[in-house]
Amino acid sequence: MRRRPWAAGLVVFLGLVLSGGGYAAATNVVQAETGSPAQVEEGRKLFLANCASCHGTNGEGAIGGPSLIGVGAASVDFQVGTGRMPGQGSGPQLRAKPVQFTQEQISAMAAYVASLAPGPAIPDEEYLRGDGDATHGGELFRINCAMCHNAVGAGGALTEGKFAPSLAGSTAKHTYEAMVTGPQNMPVFNDANLTPEDKKDIITYLKYIEDNDSVAGFELGSIGPVAEGLFTWIFGLGFIIAITVWLGAKSN
Amino acid sequence: MSDIEKSYSPGLATDIEKPITNPGIEPHRIRMTDKSEKHARTAEKQIAVMFGVSVVGAIIAIWGFFAFPIVDGDLSATRNNSLWMGLGMALSMFGIGFGAVHWAKTLMPDNEVSEMRHQARSSDETRAQALEIVKLADGESGFSRRKLIRRSMYGALAFFPIPAIIIFGDLGPVVGDTLKHTMWKPGTRLTKDPTGIPIKASDVTIGSVFHVIPEGLSEMEEHKLEEKAKSAVLLVRVNPSDLNEDPAKADWSYQGIVAYSKICTHVGCPVALYEQHTHHLLCPCHQSTFDLANHCEVVFGPASRPLPQLPIAVDAEGYLIAQSDFLEPVGPSFWDIRK
Repeated sequence: MRRRPWAAGLVVFLGLVLSGGGYAAATNVVQAETGSPAQVEEGRKLFLANCASCHGTNGEGAIGGPSLIGVGAASVDFQVGTGRMPGQGSGPQLRAKPVQFTQEQISAMAAYVASLAPGPAIPDEEYLRGDGDATHGGELFRINCAMCHNAVGAGGALTEGKFAPSLAGSTAKHTYEAMVTGPQNMPVFNDANLTPEDKKDIITYLKYIEDNDSVAGFELGSIGPVAEGLFTWIFGLGFIIAITVWLGAKSN
Repeated sequence: MSDIEKSYSPGLATDIEKPITNPGIEPHRIRMTDKSEKHARTAEKQIAVMFGVSVVGAIIAIWGFFAFPIVDGDLSATRNNSLWMGLGMALSMFGIGFGAVHWAKTLMPDNEVSEMRHQARSSDETRAQALEIVKLADGESGFSRRKLIRRSMYGALAFFPIPAIIIFGDLGPVVGDTLKHTMWKPGTRLTKDPTGIPIKASDVTIGSVFHVIPEGLSEMEEHKLEEKAKSAVLLVRVNPSDLNEDPAKADWSYQGIVAYSKICTHVGCPVALYEQHTHHLLCPCHQSTFDLANHCEVVFGPASRPLPQLPIAVDAEGYLIAQSDFLEPVGPSFWDIRK
């Protein structure tokens, strides 16, 4: 059969589309997926009403609030989705508190902020299922996270009243977003440092330790030797003293 | 005069003329169990219950062993096994102990009895006999008579312990200058802990922290931990305008990327609690705080030296490399650190 001249062109075209599209699908980079214009507009209104007094009317930052240009949708989803934003009080750090917006409103604000400049996007569901390698995740967690968040994510103290919060109960999405954006004093762990697969493994590890009981009995909050020592001193020594008193007392 | 002196009471001070008299044994107190047979029977039942509890504890321990067999790979099975066996055995032992003590306290006679100590000195006869034996042994062995044997034996006893002292010289290799050098050499790439993947300068975005080991460490077979304990590095990128660099060390960083030893200069814990906005590095062991933007000066805590900085550069392929080893010893200070 004679080849038609346009067939070669079609093959090249299909090849380009497939490889390019496949590449785009396979690389989960920080490029934000921009929401629909209606969603962005909705987000802009919510932003002007709730965020602009500190972050500026165009997200450029103002007194009391940093610029949001380039922080990405993930940052908004984390900060507002955990209740840390809108901020309240002026302590050493902003704490998680009851969430003040619906997920739809949060997504709209995230889409608006993402439309200002590219930044870390909201992670794909495939990295959040917790079906990765918990052992590898545990090793990465101990190297990169445990010094602040404790070996099992129980949290810990930092300087001057700041603290690394406990990770118990954090959703996989918020954990991922925190790693990629570095909220407040937490450093950033970008995809070159911890690849999306690495982050998936860390999430798997956190899910594993949350789902599985402590192996050695009561963990006493897993906050280490001070709590365990205090428990032993009070209850262990208390028991010994009580027995000693009883042994020495005369029977009536 | 003496009449006036005597009129003073000695108060609480000990009067040598009137030493404390032996107060004797406390008067015996009759217990309820001595008075009434009913109370004695109650105590008897209580003791029996305690021994019974001990039996129950032993049974719980046996049940725990069979009910929660230890399964390979299932850690929670081990926990239940240990928990119930431990609780059962504790109950079993405490039951016997409490029962025995309660028995002794309530039903056994509680009259206090004192017994005089016997003389510590042996009788003259025994002492004379002992002396006889020593003299006889000296005569028979020739210990006093044969001076050569006696003195050579003293010599042997004096030399015998010396090898035990000499052996201390074998306690590990001489430290030498190992405390002053690490694996970092000019051109060694900075790689990620634990994978050993080299790091490009462009990968280190502002606010990022990388936990770094020297290239080649992850493949080491011997002395890996010793080398890691000296060469671990924390790599951070800060906004170059936030960085207050020593002009003499201005070319030790690369566009705001700085690398500092992760080993605390106090007692060597890994200092890695980095706060992105304050640029403070906190050591979790004793709260030494270093200001990373200010050449890691100590701003709080017991550490007395800044963390040593690793001079870095970028190679032709864009990867971060060390310009040299650390220029001062890492980790805790020691006697001749400046030598």
